[in-house]
Amino acid sequence: MAETTVANTGQPQELLPGMQGFVADWSSDQRAFKKVSWGKAMMWIFLLSDTFIFSCFLISYMTVRMSTTVPWPNPSKVFALHIGGQDIPLILIAIMTFVLISSSGTMAMAVNFGYRRDRVKTAVLMLVTAAFGATFVSMQAFEWTKLISEGVRPWGNPWGAPQFGSTFFMITGFHGTHVTIGVIFLLIIARKVWRGDFDTGRPGFMTGRKGRYEIVEIMGLYWHFVDLVWVFIFAFFYLW
Amino acid sequence: MAQATGHAPAQLAAHAAAHEEAQQHPIKLYLVVWGWLFLLSLFSYLVDFFHLQGLLRWSLILLFMMLKAGLIVAVFMHMAWERLTLIYAILIPPTLLLVFIAIMAVESDYTHWLRELFFRLGT
Repeated sequence: MAETTVANTGQPQELLPGMQGFVADWSSDQRAFKKVSWGKAMMWIFLLSDTFIFSCFLISYMTVRMSTTVPWPNPSKVFALHIGGQDIPLILIAIMTFVLISSSGTMAMAVNFGYRRDRVKTAVLMLVTAAFGATFVSMQAFEWTKLISEGVRPWGNPWGAPQFGSTFFMITGFHGTHVTIGVIFLLIIARKVWRGDFDTGRPGFMTGRKGRYEIVEIMGLYWHFVDLVWVFIFAFFYLW
Repeated sequence: MAQATGHAPAQLAAHAAAHEEAQQHPIKLYLVVWGWLFLLSLFSYLVDFFHLQGLLRWSLILLFMMLKAGLIVAVFMHMAWERLTLIYAILIPPTLLLVFIAIMAVESDYTHWLRELFFRLGT
């Protein structure tokens, strides 16, 4: 039994392209995701589960908004800022969107430099990404403070349907938590890259295994996902 | 079995090496996608800024949203260069959400109708 297993894994298999490859991969022994390490595959599967969690939030938001007989507060006015003597609609949210997209751009480049084994550029770009992320969370904290001071609560608000507050705090709060965790994750990996852990093969914390530059890409997947979720929140909660 | 697991790290390293070669794209690609994401976000902001309403507003919001999501997943998350096996495993399950959305839309329509009936007309 053991020998046949070894024999099967030891042989480099010929990989078929396209639809034939899809069937062959899934029906093959031991390993469906070829050319993808377990770390990356597991991150993708985690992100898939997270997709369902955020979907549940957005679908419940849709449900309460569609079923209420009380008018829904106009997000364009609720999230307007008073700048230079006039109200500019949704401006803070627009800036937050641009900040998060910029962080995704720098993250994508960090992944690229990681695979080129450019230690310094990778670390610096990751730190820039973390800085953008921290800026985003700070702006969200400002937005929450503003709304709470205007009387928005999970059980009511001055402008209309009380469900506005509960869905707002739930959805943006959960997303903000993801960004915060992402920033911490970024700082940890950036430190490892900066120190050269992946060049010298230094074993990780609490493990004898050596890290690889691939962790930068896995980290990147998480970060892009956070940006991706914001795309949907921006469309459905703020613009709809 | 013990032997099989002993072989795994070497095999993974080989996979990783092959993978690293596959992920070399010019930086320009990321800058172009970045530019498009900025532009699409600006467009969706302008939809609100110019107070577009009704079907036009919703279809534009959804269009820009899907384009942005597609660019992020395909290029930034490298999905475009993955094998079909992973692409299907990750992208097909979320399409089932459309069924969930449809069910909840019908349900909330019904709730809304009941509320209209009893909260407004009934009293």
